[in-house]
Amino acid sequence: MASYSTNEFKSGLKVMLDGDPCAIVENEFVKPGKGQAFNRVRLRNLRSGKIWERTFKSGESLEGADVMDVEMQYLYTDGEFWHFMNPESFEQLPADESAVRDAIQWLKEEDVCTITLYNGAPLAVSPPNFVELEIVETDPGLKGDTAGTGGKPAKLSTGATVRVPLFVQTGEIIKVDTRTGEYVNRVKG
Amino acid sequence: MADNSWQPTCDARALKARALLYAAIRDFFAARDVMEVSTPVLAAHGVTDPHIPCIAVPGHGHLQSSPEYHMKRLLAAGSGPIYQISHAFRDGETGQRHNPEFTLLEWYRPGFSLQALIDETVALLTQQLVQPPARMPVQQHRFRDLFRTVTGLDPLRASLAELYQASDDILPADLDRAALVDYLMATRVEAALPANTLTVISHYPGWAAALARTSQDADGETVAERFEIYSGVMELANGYHELTDATEQAQRFQTDQTRRSALGLPGMTGDPRLLGALTAGLPDCAGVALGLDRLLMCQLGANSIRDVLAFPGDIA
Repeated sequence: MASYSTNEFKSGLKVMLDGDPCAIVENEFVKPGKGQAFNRVRLRNLRSGKIWERTFKSGESLEGADVMDVEMQYLYTDGEFWHFMNPESFEQLPADESAVRDAIQWLKEEDVCTITLYNGAPLAVSPPNFVELEIVETDPGLKGDTAGTGGKPAKLSTGATVRVPLFVQTGEIIKVDTRTGEYVNRVKG
Repeated sequence: MADNSWQPTCDARALKARALLYAAIRDFFAARDVMEVSTPVLAAHGVTDPHIPCIAVPGHGHLQSSPEYHMKRLLAAGSGPIYQISHAFRDGETGQRHNPEFTLLEWYRPGFSLQALIDETVALLTQQLVQPPARMPVQQHRFRDLFRTVTGLDPLRASLAELYQASDDILPADLDRAALVDYLMATRVEAALPANTLTVISHYPGWAAALARTSQDADGETVAERFEIYSGVMELANGYHELTDATEQAQRFQTDQTRRSALGLPGMTGDPRLLGALTAGLPDCAGVALGLDRLLMCQLGANSIRDVLAFPGDIA
């Protein structure tokens, strides 16, 4: 893998730091009038999802990380692994729990997810921005309610719980924004 | 989507402000009998300073990181007081306030003390920053005092561990005192400077002398006869009581070489023609470089240098 100097650090560049693959989020050049120049860098650890902040001397370099994003279809879970398939090559890859993490609650069979591969193995799974899921459990709504008044919790087929308007009922399909975990609208069955 | 990267990043107001600034600078120096000169931006030698990365031009030499060497050769040849508006180049310097190619106003005043040049620089800055013309609050500090006031640490005496603890950031483990002090200066001291005020910092530590003379202060510490001027938190100008001693200059070139090789940087021969000029005799003088792009940022309230440059490095 190539290595990258601080002046090549751009948002999105994938580098290795402390043994973990990271994506550069922000790179701020800091220099007093004369003397040593520094780069204050924010990186997202692709393994943990956490944001790291590090300061480097300008000109220092980090090794590039063999990381790429691919679109894969979610197939099923056997309880230990979540299996995904490349829809073109039909190649299948298992992702473990640390890779699917928060995505678990949104995974519906046949949905296409973004899989971040590190050295060819799934490192992180991002669900589609919007998913359509069935409500399996929610309190019966009150009469005369309209959208936008507080709402109530609803449990979805994948296990996620979201707040929905009071008029939405068990058995209905709703659209959810997975980035915020918020209800968008009802989907006609 | 259409590719609009041919367009300038600054607006017409910034272009106009630059034109007015250049005209005002020329008036300022014409009234003071300082002569405008033009020296090469492409020359055989770059600077030896390990923290100023020059851009090499294979087969030609280096793009100049400031017009200093050539202007000193003119001074040694008897030019008298001179100024120049020039482009300068520093590799890898890109950020909110940095572009690898930038604009400097640099001028030299034979016979001036450092304080006389500080006063002249403040006069030019005040004229450009305050409309209608009025006085701008000016405060002047010694580097050591200001550093101690803001951080609670003596930059010359504090232990490295104390200097490390003064920052919340995760820093490289191998920083020396100069680098730690630089970092705290850039991240803590600068940030604490008062708005709408010109802050003059003088009496830099000896290690930060670059091409300035050094002397002993009342505590017996070696200090550089150097100043910087900030407008608010923006560093604008860096001035020296210029080193004229050719032997001392040759030693500093040598020291830089040693530091460069310790840092794994490519070698850079000290410019023999600068040494030749100093040997022949550089008049006692003070000189200052002022960043014009940053001055425009202050005038226009711009947050990024891109707002005052027509074509920053990535679209040049």
